Amino acid sequence: MTSGLWELVLEGVWVTVQLLVLSALLAAAVSFAVGIARTHRLKVVRFLAGLYTEVFRGTSALVMIFWVFFVLPPAFGWQLVPLWAGTLALGLTYGAYGSEIVRGALAAVDPAQREGGIALSFTPAQRMRLIMLPQAVPEMIPPFSNLLIELLKGTALVSIMGMGDLAFSANLVRLALQESAEIYTYVLLIYFVIAFLLTRIMRGLEKKLKAGVGKKPVPDPDLDLKRAETTGVGGGGV
Amino acid sequence: MKWDWSAVSDFMPYFWDGLLVTLQILVLGSLISFVLGLVWALLMRVPSRWVTWPVGGVTEFVRNTPLLVQLFFLFYVLPEWGVTFSALTTGIFAIGLHYSTYTMQVYRAGIEAVPVGQWEAATALNLPMRRTWTAVILPQAVRRVVPALGNYVISMLKDTPLLMAITVLEMLGEARLFSQQHFQFTEPLTVIGLAFIVISYLASLALRALERRLVH
Repeated sequence: MTSGLWELVLEGVWVTVQLLVLSALLAAAVSFAVGIARTHRLKVVRFLAGLYTEVFRGTSALVMIFWVFFVLPPAFGWQLVPLWAGTLALGLTYGAYGSEIVRGALAAVDPAQREGGIALSFTPAQRMRLIMLPQAVPEMIPPFSNLLIELLKGTALVSIMGMGDLAFSANLVRLALQESAEIYTYVLLIYFVIAFLLTRIMRGLEKKLKAGVGKKPVPDPDLDLKRAETTGVGGGGV
Repeated sequence: MKWDWSAVSDFMPYFWDGLLVTLQILVLGSLISFVLGLVWALLMRVPSRWVTWPVGGVTEFVRNTPLLVQLFFLFYVLPEWGVTFSALTTGIFAIGLHYSTYTMQVYRAGIEAVPVGQWEAATALNLPMRRTWTAVILPQAVRRVVPALGNYVISMLKDTPLLMAITVLEMLGEARLFSQQHFQFTEPLTVIGLAFIVISYLASLALRALERRLVH
């Protein structure tokens, strides 16, 4: 491969990273907004948030991308720059998955904590901000880390719409070289490295946040115990 | 926003064709992922690093890279190596392989959740390794993991449109073709979007019913 082609690949990496960061931010915002709305005291709010989750989780991310690229422009008379259209489609879809993580983590906080907040006459907003979220957020990090990897894999979908991300640049190089094995191997490796870095970053974040509420990254000691027991007999140990 | 019902009715025959292909991908892909996932999970229990490291590394790699690029890889690289399959076969294999790296973790959890006493009983009864697995461990492990496997089938449904990128005419492929021929994008894309929501919602209801039956 020539240096010109490598430059093309690097540009692709840059677009992928931009798209990843932007859609991760949007997805995080949607996750918290919808996830918190699902614990709201009004039934209407809970229903609407639940409906959002079902609809956006129910459909395919790629179909959503097609929809944002082709149906939104004629329907509403405005067209988004490809980067923003991709961000919108990915952020809304993965945000729906994330909202389930937020809801689950909030539900897992000890009910006594919430009751304590009520007893101290905190407002619902204060309760959420000062009591629930600080305890729930560290628990969200491992599932969010998995979701972030899924999002990274999802960014490749925009190449179908002709956006010049990493997967698209692979296609260009393939056409230029008339040879696919080499470039696709490189591109898969680049994705793998990005995914690896993301998991490392998220693990560091988890450690930091859990230290903030006085927990260790692997908080459940009997989890290790169970695992040791099950692998001890017969199965030959993993 | 203009909505044209005649475009919907024109699209419907293509929609059914696409739905059939989508379901075909889903069923065959699921079968591949169930079988391969079990193979990976069992290989990961072989007490030798020469087996677990390569298997662990390869599955980790497949799990953390985009299915779309894997599809392109198989679709363009295999013919260069002199192996030619139809786009549909390649796609089904790719999606099955990709999801097998998820199902292997499900199986692993299921196998680890089998109580130790079951292993000890098998040892006490002097059952050979093969019988221990086929008659004692796997029947109990698989029963536990059915709901989790079902979740991955639903995820797989939502990844089937990716096969459009390697020229397979499943639902999204049919919709795109129709849109380009008739220059009507809104109707076909909305129809298949709704179809995905309906199918995955029904599937999750069915799964919840199955889960309840397995638990009780």
